Amino acid sequence: MSTTITPPPGPTREDLARLTEHWAERASLRAWFSTVDHKRIGRRYLVTAGLFFVLAGLSALVMRTQLARPEAGVVSPQEYNQLFSMHGTAMIFLFATPMLFGFGNFLVPLMIGSRDMAFPRLNAFGYWVFLFAGLFMWTSLPFGAAPNNGWFAYVPLSGEQHNPGLHMDVYALGLLFLGISTTSGAINFIVTALKLRAPGMSLNRVPLFVWAIVATAFMVIFALPALNADNAMLFLDRRFDTHFFDPSGGGNVLLWQHLFWIFGHPDVYIIVMPALGIVSAVLPAFTRRGVVGYPLIVLSIVAIAIISFGVWVHHMFATGLPQLSYSFFSAASTIITIPSGIQIFAWLATMLLGRLVIRVPLLFVIGFVVTFVLGGFTGAMFAITAFDQQVTDSYFVVAHFHYVLIGGAVFPMLAGIYYWLPKITGRMYHERLGRWAFWLVFAGMHVTFFPMHLYGLFGMPRRVYTYRSEPGWDGWNLVSTAGSYLLAVGLLLVLVGVVHAVRRGRPAPADPWDGDSLEWSTASPPEPYNFPVVPRVHSLHPTWDERTAESTGAGATADRILSEGRRTLFTSELDAHTERAVRMPEPTLKPLLLAGALLVFFTAMLLAWYPVAAVAMVVVVATIAVWLWPPRHPDEELGVAA
Amino acid sequence: MTDRGGVVAAATGAEALSTELPVGRSTGWWGMVLLVVTEATLFACLLGSYFYLRFQYGPQWPPGGNGNPKLLTPLVMTAVLVPSSLPVIWAEHGIRRGQRWRLRCGLAATLVLGVTFLVLLATEYAENLKRFTMTTDVYGSLFYLITGFHGLHVLVGLTMISWLFAASLRGDSFGAHRHERVRITAIYWHFVDAVWVAILFTIYLSPRL
Amino acid sequence: MDTTAETTSSTAGRHWRPRPVLTALYGLLLLAGCAGDTPSALNPAGTGATRVAGLWWLLFWISMAVFVEVMVLLSWALVFRRGNVRVRHGQPLRFVTIAGAGLPFVILVAVYGVGLRDLAALGHGPGPDAPAVEVTGHKWWWEVRYAGASGATANEIHIPVGERVRVRLRTDDVLHSFWVPQLMPKTDLIAGETRETWLRAERAGSYRGQCAEYCGTQHAHMAFLVVAQPRADFDAWLARLNAPARQPRTDAERRGQQAFVQGTCAACHAVRGTDAQGRVGPDLSNMGSRWSIGAGAVPNDAGHLGGWIANSQTVKPGNAMPPQPVDAAQLPDLIAYLRSLE
Ligand code: HEA
Ligand code: HEA
Ligand code: HEC
Ligand code: CUA
Ligand SMILES: [Cu+2]
Repeated sequence: MSTTITPPPGPTREDLARLTEHWAERASLRAWFSTVDHKRIGRRYLVTAGLFFVLAGLSALVMRTQLARPEAGVVSPQEYNQLFSMHGTAMIFLFATPMLFGFGNFLVPLMIGSRDMAFPRLNAFGYWVFLFAGLFMWTSLPFGAAPNNGWFAYVPLSGEQHNPGLHMDVYALGLLFLGISTTSGAINFIVTALKLRAPGMSLNRVPLFVWAIVATAFMVIFALPALNADNAMLFLDRRFDTHFFDPSGGGNVLLWQHLFWIFGHPDVYIIVMPALGIVSAVLPAFTRRGVVGYPLIVLSIVAIAIISFGVWVHHMFATGLPQLSYSFFSAASTIITIPSGIQIFAWLATMLLGRLVIRVPLLFVIGFVVTFVLGGFTGAMFAITAFDQQVTDSYFVVAHFHYVLIGGAVFPMLAGIYYWLPKITGRMYHERLGRWAFWLVFAGMHVTFFPMHLYGLFGMPRRVYTYRSEPGWDGWNLVSTAGSYLLAVGLLLVLVGVVHAVRRGRPAPADPWDGDSLEWSTASPPEPYNFPVVPRVHSLHPTWDERTAESTGAGATADRILSEGRRTLFTSELDAHTERAVRMPEPTLKPLLLAGALLVFFTAMLLAWYPVAAVAMVVVVATIAVWLWPPRHPDEELGVAA
Repeated sequence: MTDRGGVVAAATGAEALSTELPVGRSTGWWGMVLLVVTEATLFACLLGSYFYLRFQYGPQWPPGGNGNPKLLTPLVMTAVLVPSSLPVIWAEHGIRRGQRWRLRCGLAATLVLGVTFLVLLATEYAENLKRFTMTTDVYGSLFYLITGFHGLHVLVGLTMISWLFAASLRGDSFGAHRHERVRITAIYWHFVDAVWVAILFTIYLSPRL
Repeated sequence: MDTTAETTSSTAGRHWRPRPVLTALYGLLLLAGCAGDTPSALNPAGTGATRVAGLWWLLFWISMAVFVEVMVLLSWALVFRRGNVRVRHGQPLRFVTIAGAGLPFVILVAVYGVGLRDLAALGHGPGPDAPAVEVTGHKWWWEVRYAGASGATANEIHIPVGERVRVRLRTDDVLHSFWVPQLMPKTDLIAGETRETWLRAERAGSYRGQCAEYCGTQHAHMAFLVVAQPRADFDAWLARLNAPARQPRTDAERRGQQAFVQGTCAACHAVRGTDAQGRVGPDLSNMGSRWSIGAGAVPNDAGHLGGWIANSQTVKPGNAMPPQPVDAAQLPDLIAYLRSLE
């Protein structure tokens, strides 16, 4: 064991032994498959999403290689089209959201002082579904049957008539499958944050990262159904000849776009919001003060979550809808920049008023500010309809969204990786290596994507597998390609840094940064039960707060030690008053079984083996029924009258 | 603080704990409410698509001389489904007082009503399929998708209720202190009912307006 | 494409004057924007694009100003680091509210107003009796017809300079988008519907346009050219579009015509005044004078034409014209014939 915490005066040695007995999992193969520990599941999310990131990133490198010279023949047009579609789809659905869910899974229970998520088995299920859905989609690539219609899959090109084969069936079914994971994860986050906060953590003491995750989860709940409805209709149109999107049967092609973007726009904030939460979580440790304007930031998070449902038409500014509708959506898109501005200036104020400690996580936060602000500005430009009509579907848009996605989401993730690596692995990373990685990633990012603004304005449309030399885009494309290699080297160094830390890193103390939130009051890595004593929270910065610290030491009480059985505390939704201790579920294989049955179901649907699909569905229902079958209890415990 | 700690300690002692105290809302309750919220959004998207396609289509709706949907069966279906929430409520109140017989009778009544609804839906389909199918035109696609998807929800609800019913027949699962699952299933069933009203309005009544 | 070069001398800066501070970056954009034949939105030649270019420079300078503000604050924080005190109090909420919400709000309202004005201007199309072009998108080429004219052409739109021309957009299959960066922002072609936009070139010249909505395998090669010419030239051109295609003059051309009309070509292509009346592929009545082959895939010269006819799939993989069973002996005749159609 790399670190041991001296048993605080509160819990006795026996308490700790009992906690370990109830929570620890033996290192066996079965335990590996049956775990419900949020920390292990969170780590798996991070690793799996990282794997999909590498796959999608390597696809991008192939694309960039093809685009380095005009009329290059590195890949065929059909291959290129699958590559960019898988790149976009995987980056958005299989990397960005799951990666942030991974952070959430690992951190939310730790930050709110709980021993697990509200639904640990559902959590395990969500992970398996995510893994299987990701494999389901990526497997199609070597078969040449990967989605090939961009990440937003506009009809009628995605319809059976124009796109025969399995490509778009993989897309529709894969996203429906994945949606199960995302939805269950979102519900789990909300309920965890509502019911499992440590006593005393009233709403005004909830860490900003948790606020961000909860707001994100709410957006998932309201946004994802639109995508699911859309994909269900697409699949029915393709397979069973319905006419939702078929003008000759009375359908309408713009319905697809509306539903997609009713999901799609909130989705970009689903991606950026937890990342902004990471920024708010990282800053206090490196500015030595709390983030300025906590209430304003919470307000901004809530405002973004709401307004983001009212701007989707800005992705359809060139479809020729009525100008009145454009002016409305243009106004909404303009206004949504303001909550982001508030957050940026709150962080700037934090940095101005604090004492900066320049370590790798802070470097990535600074890189984030520079890049995200630039990307945000181009977003604000698109909000002006007339300008958007000129640059939409050109490389200018590609520049915008990589600035906000890489600057706004990937940089914070990298900051988060360096920041929480000691907590997750119990090892410190190598600072010099980290700095090299930062500078390469930062430079690579801007060298790759800044020129895209230019050649976008110079008329280069996106999603072209090649271009001719006459329009004069060659030079800039070459620069972009060179930049993307630089970026890849930087990311490779990040990977090397992580591997190095795990293998050779210095053992990390419990709180290497003197951080402010509760995860730093646990061991590195945390014990299976997270907290020997569930803390009683007295402020927004519990680890910096003596009374909170005392509540887990001298002030520990039996109702917060809970060493009898696998238990954690429920508290009230708003004020976090203690309600009752509850028993948490044991490890089980059922989540894996259920996810496996669903994988069989979706594969069978894809290959049109409908009887197999029906059987799989029966297994699904049976598993759920067994999973939830109520346990028996003696009558006096149930309280039965007649 | 200290005295609350004391109360809680007493309340969370070994014996007290073994009976689930009805303090606050459970995670299961919240989970079901959120599931219902996201499902309701899904239905809202489908019904929204219905109106979008209808108004984009043009003045004549349903297209192709299908005529307005017949009202009799759906109204009977409504009369069967909407009241089916009452026995669930009655059963839930019963088990809160520990009266198992009310749980059993209430769930049985709901099951009967729900199955009747599905049978009526099947007869309606049998009749409609003679006139138009899912592939006839966009109206057919919408009609079968929306009603079919709702029918699926009724089926899921019935599965949940029959499962509760089976557990309640076995006997030693529910009582005055343990009835979370009844409460949670009831939420789902009420939701299925409420959605039907929206569907009745959209599919059957709105073309006549 | 040669006419563009003469018109590309620096007109882009006309709408917004550079300030000394960021002249370097500005110069970079300007330089790049004017290099060669770039169909740059920053080098507008049409009424619509000119307006949007002005809007761009406004947005650009505002963004620059706010960006500099953010960078100054950030550098300040990095350079003048505070002492080792843990400041937990004193929340400068007012600073955050003013700098983060108040100031941006004022800026955005102003910009939104300008944007609305420009949007209205873009929507202000020509009057009812302006000339009208019917453009139909196909996978992956553009069919071009003129209201009141019988003939058709492809991937090339001629318009009279200085006049507003109505463009009616339809698609035969999937979505496409009509974009001429130097003349007018995009309008999508929506399956099952008709959309309308307009063009007005302020200077004579040729302006490259390209499909800007992903439409499948060969979305990359779905370009077209807008040729703005003086009214008289335009009228003459339109008159030729209505007349039968040029008759073959040499023996080779005559043999070529025969091969064309009697061979497989006529099933898909039309040449006015002959029996070839196919409508699957582009009308070839003026093939000899088009700017490109295959919607911008390759330049229009004898060598490329031969390659195209022999097997267009090597030139533009996946396009809708299958490889043709043409004898090696017939090929030169076909080339000669098609090149003679001017
Ligand atoms: C993380 C993801 C993310 C984020 C955060 C954003 C943020 C924003 N986006 Fe972006 N966007 C995408 C991801 C994202 N976007 C993607 C993936 C696409 C393309 C999809 C596709 O076509 O494939 C897209 C496309 C897109 C379009 C459509 C473009 C087109 O296809 O034609 C538009 C149009 O309005 C838009 C607007 C905005 C706006 C207004 C913001 C705002 O939220 C930005 C707010 C932030 C700031 C403005 C910076 C900080 C603020 C200040 C410093 C205060 C001062 C500011 C001012 C005075 C302006 N985005
Ligand atoms: C989070 C989202 C995200 C991220 C991070 C990225 C990252 C990158 N993107 Fe992506 N991109 C999208 C989301 C994203 N993209 C979306 C949504 C689209 C639109 C798709 C569509 O049109 O439908 C798009 C489209 C898109 C295009 C336009 C394609 C087209 O229109 O034709 C291009 C072109 O250059 C591109 C390039 C890149 C590059 C070079 C990176 C790089 O940052 C990638 C770097 C990563 C790696 C290289 C992998 C990690 C590497 C290692 C760990 C080292 C090990 C490897 C070696 C060095 C051998 N992207
Ligand atoms: C099955 C239909 C079909 C047949 C047969 C066919 N073509 Fe084509 N042709 C097309 C289509 C479709 C295109 C447009 C391809 C594109 O640009 O994507 C095309 C394009 C062309 C072009 C380029 C037109 C332009 O404006 O760029 C030429 C030249 C041409 N065909 C010549 C021929 C000749 C000569 C033959 C006979 C030997 C022939 N075609 C037979 C369908 C056909
Ligand atoms: Cu047509 Cu892209
Ligand atoms: Cu958006």
